[in-house]
Amino acid sequence: MRDVAVVAFSQRQEAMINTESEVEFMVPLMNEAKDAVGLTQQEMGFTCSGSSDFLAGQAFSFVMTIDGTGPVPPISESHVEQDGAWALYEAWVKLQCGDIDTAFVYSYGKSSPGSLRDVLATQMDPYYVAPLWPDAFAIEAMAARQMLDQGVVSEQQLAEIASRSRAHAASNPHAVRTAPKSVDEILAEDYAMAPLRPSDLPASSDGGAVIVLAADDKARELCDRPAWIRGIDHRSDAHTLGVRDLTTSMSARIAAEKAGIGNDKIDIAELHAPFSSSEAVLTKALGLGGDTVINPSGGAQAAHTMMASGLIRIGEAAQRISCGDADRAVATAASGPCLQQNLVAVLEGE
Amino acid sequence: MADEVLTAPLVLEYPFTRTTGPVIGGFLTGLREGVIHGVRRSDGTVMCPPLEYDPITSAPLSELVAVGTVGTVTTWTWNGEPRAQQPFTQPFAWAMITLDGADTPMLHAVFVDSADDMATGMRVEVVWRDKREGHIIDIAGFIPAVASTTGEPGAMPGDVEQIQSVRTSIRMEYTYTPGRALSQYLRAMKDKRILGDTCPETGEVSVPPRGVSSVAGKPTLPELVDLPDTGYIESFNITRVPIKMRPDLTPPYVSAWIVLDGASVGFMGLGMNVEPEDVRVGMRVRAVWKPDDELEMSAQNILGWEPTGEPDEVITDYARVGRIEQGDDQ
Repeated sequence: MRDVAVVAFSQRQEAMINTESEVEFMVPLMNEAKDAVGLTQQEMGFTCSGSSDFLAGQAFSFVMTIDGTGPVPPISESHVEQDGAWALYEAWVKLQCGDIDTAFVYSYGKSSPGSLRDVLATQMDPYYVAPLWPDAFAIEAMAARQMLDQGVVSEQQLAEIASRSRAHAASNPHAVRTAPKSVDEILAEDYAMAPLRPSDLPASSDGGAVIVLAADDKARELCDRPAWIRGIDHRSDAHTLGVRDLTTSMSARIAAEKAGIGNDKIDIAELHAPFSSSEAVLTKALGLGGDTVINPSGGAQAAHTMMASGLIRIGEAAQRISCGDADRAVATAASGPCLQQNLVAVLEGE
Repeated sequence: MADEVLTAPLVLEYPFTRTTGPVIGGFLTGLREGVIHGVRRSDGTVMCPPLEYDPITSAPLSELVAVGTVGTVTTWTWNGEPRAQQPFTQPFAWAMITLDGADTPMLHAVFVDSADDMATGMRVEVVWRDKREGHIIDIAGFIPAVASTTGEPGAMPGDVEQIQSVRTSIRMEYTYTPGRALSQYLRAMKDKRILGDTCPETGEVSVPPRGVSSVAGKPTLPELVDLPDTGYIESFNITRVPIKMRPDLTPPYVSAWIVLDGASVGFMGLGMNVEPEDVRVGMRVRAVWKPDDELEMSAQNILGWEPTGEPDEVITDYARVGRIEQGDDQ
């Protein structure tokens, strides 16, 4: 295996970006990441992006955003209709092939023009489930109730997760829900989608993120303290909700094992958990506890940028390693209803 | 003060006809006849609704089993306000329901007065829609089961027509915002002005402006530039077959690639006031605008492009300026 590291990261998340198109707000982020390592687009071995046409309501919407990279003369490029974490995975695989030393990864999403809750209904089974248009919050709320019914988690614990997300987000300039709220205040909220309260739900945001990957000595040359990807794996649970145990995540557990999470202690974890209940599932599936700081950025609950939240988790974890705040971190990305698919990356500093 | 953000409604809508195959088709045929089926899995348990494969073992499955119409709620939440797309008109509970005789739960709606009437473990029974067609909403929903309902599996009538396909509709509504450069372009259109944007490195001018130069990978210059409403046809085709979505276009008509004077990139426009046979590459054209009192913030203000009668443009190089120079260098 080649050693591959995150050497640059840029992000932007706001509650709504309505004065710039996707490519207009991505171009500065792309150049910020390139400038951080002094690379031009033509020096990137490979470029991979993640986005969704359903968010934009436009077929092949990603094509316009590629223009932002400066793809002239034509570049080696690919796109996934997935969170950018999966674009990063494709780039990581490409780097493993050994013929390139750098890769450029980005993803973005604007949920504000449409209704994300409804858009996400279209990812469900098209025969039995999608025609009923269950909204995304309702599906998660049913998983949360099952967890409460089975004693996997308590409403108090869900509120603690939500309260901590807000507290951490207060020091994150990219978070959109930053107002502190105590556990008691959260428990006093009326249910939004019982048993989930407003603070248990994600704060939706528009935005995007960019990561530059580099291999071996190239990474050391570009960055004082690269965040090395020591393990990365992704797994998917069944699509049919009825055959899954929604109180746990087999896919996250296996991906974490394969990524080598248990080899040493984890200083920080950035979990792609849009809901308090999904964080409870992931924390357990990854076996996190003790000294691990969970979601120091406030996590996806504090700013949920569809299609970029997973990539941002990897970027946040890498940034804390590069600046010396952490030596070993785990980041996850999720896709599909109730954490159906999970990617786990273990990152380390040298 | 910044201009107000331009917005426009954008609706994404498409009907989709999906073929069902024998297992899903069998289930939907059953619904039409008032019978609910599951499918027997590799381990002998029954999955309802049925799939043609076992999601855990991937074994192909085909044995449909009629299950009961009464079941148990395994989890639920309250949907206080039906959303526009949902086929329900009153507040309801979403629930996962394991029907008697099945081993996996299915998602559907339970109709009760309020969340206070819901509980995990409660027994519910099917409410059938009066008119059924072989679709998941043939089940109107569920209500709390009354003790007298046995919910015994129904029997399929003999020789019924099998459901082979199901039609589902997607409709999503967006509020589109055009961004920095396109907003300026659209505002100027109302004054019959055509704006382009300029690459900060090569000086190339693009119209319509996108706010970014693909040659440089940088934002275009903040000030957009006015372009004349004249140019030439770089390429064209003649359409002789009508297209469904444009009943306003009568064949034969000309679709032309128009390069405005001063622009580096062309765009598509309709040929007007010219016989298709007379159109040629290099022909000079000018915009035909809508009447002034019909102008909007829209590129549709330009109805098409008509010949100016000037001598043809002599095109010596189709790959204009920066594009080819950069390409050759590297």
